[in-house]
Amino acid sequence: MEPGVVIVGGGQGGYQAAASLRTEGYEGPITIVSEEAHIPYQRPPLSKAFVLGKQDLDRVYLRPENYYADHRIDLLRGERVEAIDRAASTVKLRSGAPLPYRYLILATGARNRELPVPGADSESVCYLRTVDESAEIRFRLQAARRVVVIGGGFIGLEIAATARALAKEVTVLEALPRVMARAVAPVVSEYFEKSHREQGVDIRLHTEITEISRGSVGFRPRGSSERQTTIEAELIVVGIGVVPNTDLARAAGLHIANGIAVDEFLRTSDPNIFAIGDCAEFPHPHARARVRLESVQNAVDHALAVARTITGKPAPYTAIPWFWSDQFDIRLQMAGLCAGFDQTVIRGMMDNRKFSVFYFRSGELLGIDSINRPADHLAARKLLAARKRVTAEQAADETVNLKDL
Amino acid sequence: MPKITYISHAGQAAEFEVPVGMSVMEGGVRNGIDEIVAECGGSCLCATCHVYVDEHWLPLLDPMAEDENAMLESTAAERLPNSRLSCQIIVKPSLDGLKVRTPETQK
Repeated sequence: MEPGVVIVGGGQGGYQAAASLRTEGYEGPITIVSEEAHIPYQRPPLSKAFVLGKQDLDRVYLRPENYYADHRIDLLRGERVEAIDRAASTVKLRSGAPLPYRYLILATGARNRELPVPGADSESVCYLRTVDESAEIRFRLQAARRVVVIGGGFIGLEIAATARALAKEVTVLEALPRVMARAVAPVVSEYFEKSHREQGVDIRLHTEITEISRGSVGFRPRGSSERQTTIEAELIVVGIGVVPNTDLARAAGLHIANGIAVDEFLRTSDPNIFAIGDCAEFPHPHARARVRLESVQNAVDHALAVARTITGKPAPYTAIPWFWSDQFDIRLQMAGLCAGFDQTVIRGMMDNRKFSVFYFRSGELLGIDSINRPADHLAARKLLAARKRVTAEQAADETVNLKDL
Repeated sequence: MPKITYISHAGQAAEFEVPVGMSVMEGGVRNGIDEIVAECGGSCLCATCHVYVDEHWLPLLDPMAEDENAMLESTAAERLPNSRLSCQIIVKPSLDGLKVRTPETQK
């Protein structure tokens, strides 16, 4: 049998690469090598509906089990690629057998950053990335009365909101002076801090964790030498970001930056090897720097782009990044890449819980965050894709229909 | 269990039993309707589970919410008066027999 496409990783990107190869007409063999015992599943519910117990395991799977055989996709579960032999165009599996490839797609994702403090390996501490970890948190939440969340990013705040919905006492400890600081403008951080506090979440900003022991977390103001404060909790969840999985690519001699470095076709420094999703650092035409993004949209659109390249329809990757986070009854939708903004403009009224924040740099629209304003978000995606010029005055003026710009 | 019929763009019909409480999107995905992509997993965020609802059934559906109406503005195939997102149609006994048609493309 001729060598086909081998996909390393069975997450959203790995699954989508296989699925898109088939819908784009690729007829050769496809193998997904996944370390997971599960068939590919969605991650977004793992901090929300699944952990709340509102969504069963079989409704988290992206496709039913028979999908893979039905589409001649060989899904190797509980398997791992140990090494890439680029000269021989094979990968070495943990089970020993070399697997030949014509094209290799690295969808190796990311792993959780670990908290570097004494006691962080205590058994009260949970991390969240896999469905099994989410199931563990779901189980422990039942018995917990007090929950400490370390990290006020998307995962941390979603878990905090979920735990509050289950009437737990929740404290969020964040290292920076505001929540979601790397992703949103101060005005959005403040809105979410206020909303969480109104819902009874105790948010402590600018803190550093000093130690964790079974059932308690010690912390103090960041950079101070004050005595630590201790909070007791039956469950401690750490969500302080991720580290891209680049070891396999690095060992194969591929170029690595903040992730596996790829070009505008998602090709690594070896033209037969692609990298997609969380692990890939790529040039985006709207960014002034190369970017690495962690989102469903990024994984899915990368996968589709690579499938089109492999099936002879290459096009530079230009998809507008978008992202969402659900916390309580607030839906935050983000479009574009807002790093480096020098001006923000608000459309709508923050008081009525529906508003959008437009981000500009030197008068150029970079992106829009929408809170409970889905129409603004959709309009934003279109405006950004078409690189339409939008002024700050137009953005703030609700009598201007964004769809007409 | 209610039966839902999925008709492909090419006109091929397939009928499946879908449990009450599940969405028409989930019912399709579980039964191998690849024309329903559902990138966002049913959160009303991506418009890749777009379907055209049989005219007879349209008035029997719950009215769409603001976010679904907004998302339908960005479907890959043309939005028609009977366009809906199948992740937002929750199966209930009164929808036994519902027919939906999948568009030519979702992406």
